[in-house]
Amino acid sequence: MSGLAASVLFVADGLVQARGLRKRFGDFEAVRGVDVDVARGEVFGFLGPNGAGKSSTMRMIACVSPRSEGALQVLGMDPDVDGPRIRARIGVVPQLDNLDTELTVRQNLQIYGRYFGLSRAHVRAKATELLEFAQLTERADDPVEPLSGGMKRRLTIARALVNEPELLLLDEPTTGLDPQARHLLWERLYRLKREGVTQIITTHYMDEAEQLCDRLVVMDGGVIVAEGSPAELIERYSTREVLELRFDPALRPAPDALARLAERVEELPDRLLLYTADGEHTHAEVARAGFVPLSALVRRSSLEDVFLRLTGRTLVD
Amino acid sequence: MLLVVEHFWTWYRRNWRATAVSSVLQPLLFLLAFGVGFGSLVAGTGSAAAATGGVDYIVWLAPALLAVSTVQSAAFESTYPVLSGFKWQRTYFAMTAGPISPAQVALGHLLWVACKMAGAGAIYIGVIAVFGGVAGPGIVVSLLVAVLTGAAVAAMVTAFSATVENEGAAFNALFRFVVIPMTLFSGTFFPVDRLPGWVQPVALISPLWHGTELARSAALGAVSQPLAALGHLAYLSALLVLGVALATRLFARRLAQ
Repeated sequence: MSGLAASVLFVADGLVQARGLRKRFGDFEAVRGVDVDVARGEVFGFLGPNGAGKSSTMRMIACVSPRSEGALQVLGMDPDVDGPRIRARIGVVPQLDNLDTELTVRQNLQIYGRYFGLSRAHVRAKATELLEFAQLTERADDPVEPLSGGMKRRLTIARALVNEPELLLLDEPTTGLDPQARHLLWERLYRLKREGVTQIITTHYMDEAEQLCDRLVVMDGGVIVAEGSPAELIERYSTREVLELRFDPALRPAPDALARLAERVEELPDRLLLYTADGEHTHAEVARAGFVPLSALVRRSSLEDVFLRLTGRTLVD
Repeated sequence: MLLVVEHFWTWYRRNWRATAVSSVLQPLLFLLAFGVGFGSLVAGTGSAAAATGGVDYIVWLAPALLAVSTVQSAAFESTYPVLSGFKWQRTYFAMTAGPISPAQVALGHLLWVACKMAGAGAIYIGVIAVFGGVAGPGIVVSLLVAVLTGAAVAAMVTAFSATVENEGAAFNALFRFVVIPMTLFSGTFFPVDRLPGWVQPVALISPLWHGTELARSAALGAVSQPLAALGHLAYLSALLVLGVALATRLFARRLAQ
């Protein structure tokens, strides 16, 4: 009962709804029938390797790429009909920075706000506020060119907020950043979430999806292969723990030999993964059975394992 | 569209020195070399007087130089800067992420180029006047004609640039095989009828020839053939309309795939 009520509410408040969404480029079909619902206030993720169709889907939602087939509604409107009106109310962080590198940090924010028809006085005040948010106040009047990758990324995100968007689209927001810069960025995105900004994120980083997303879909080859919260997906497609074993190549046992010790065994080029509820216990059993790994590591299951299970491949960075 | 122009203006206010020097210095060199240097060589020769209709060579040359410098800067402003908007800085993608449409970006770019050409041309007229090349107020009409010619060229080149995917190697060919021959054989430095007969039809398709003929007759106050003037105007306008139609369509294709 409550499930039904929740789903009705969910549809009524959907910011993005896609049914059978497809995108073709000539003979190549990048997106092959995708259904997506994103509710107001949630952080939704598209997870998948390069070429899975994440960015193409994102560009259709951002109303800069007409769909080839299917139904799509963004903010309750059809991108084919109301593209400019939708684009006026969303914020976009593209995969590649497209800042104006010859202008200053502040000018980038102001001129971008002007594209939305905001008044000069308004964008001036807004820029000051966003500089604070992006921790760029001290660099406000420097040109963009010499900024670090992390700073440019923060500026791109700040710029996407200039029109106070109801929906923020982030295409691989932290690709190419060092760990410190990534954590700072995640913290800012989390702050936005608390302020109620709906976000859609594409990423091929599992830890990023786990950190940020309330709900996500795993894409591969242009289709959705799984959907749920990170915890749900891990529960559904993996075990609680994983035992990672490295062997001397000469002494490495066949995966089948270990199969009875774990729920499932995956073979990677450099190691074997044993999926099990209790990693330490399995580790002991492996030793008792006479196998001698070079090293053993017990860890919690992650989305990486879900992806491996669903596609048979690891994610390529 | 005006907001797109505002973007370029913001950029220009930071970087005007470099572009101002190149947009004034280059025409100044042309003026010195041909107007003053070459002009003194042909001064008093009968063949030059016959070609110019009796006025000083520099006066005859001035409106044509105006057209030529406008067309050159139009071509330049519509090649690498446009490719950069698509490929290097990708600023066009940033513009169209909001409510601005690809067609508005194309139109904004062209409007900006036209404004810049008008400003540079006005300064150039002042420089020419110092060297005694301005015969009368008709030069203002020449400037308008030069801007129209430049806009037509800018629109066509912008459309072409929107199709360039590589690092801009195609622009070398454009300058070498289109812009430079157009500069040399469009009646800027000598009338087209002094060329061999088989070359003359080529001038007919050159927008710069049409622009030069119009700008010159306006500056010298001698619109002897109104029908020809109308023909030039029609050709340039048609080219502008075609260029704008192509540019807006190709911008849409590249920015909204």
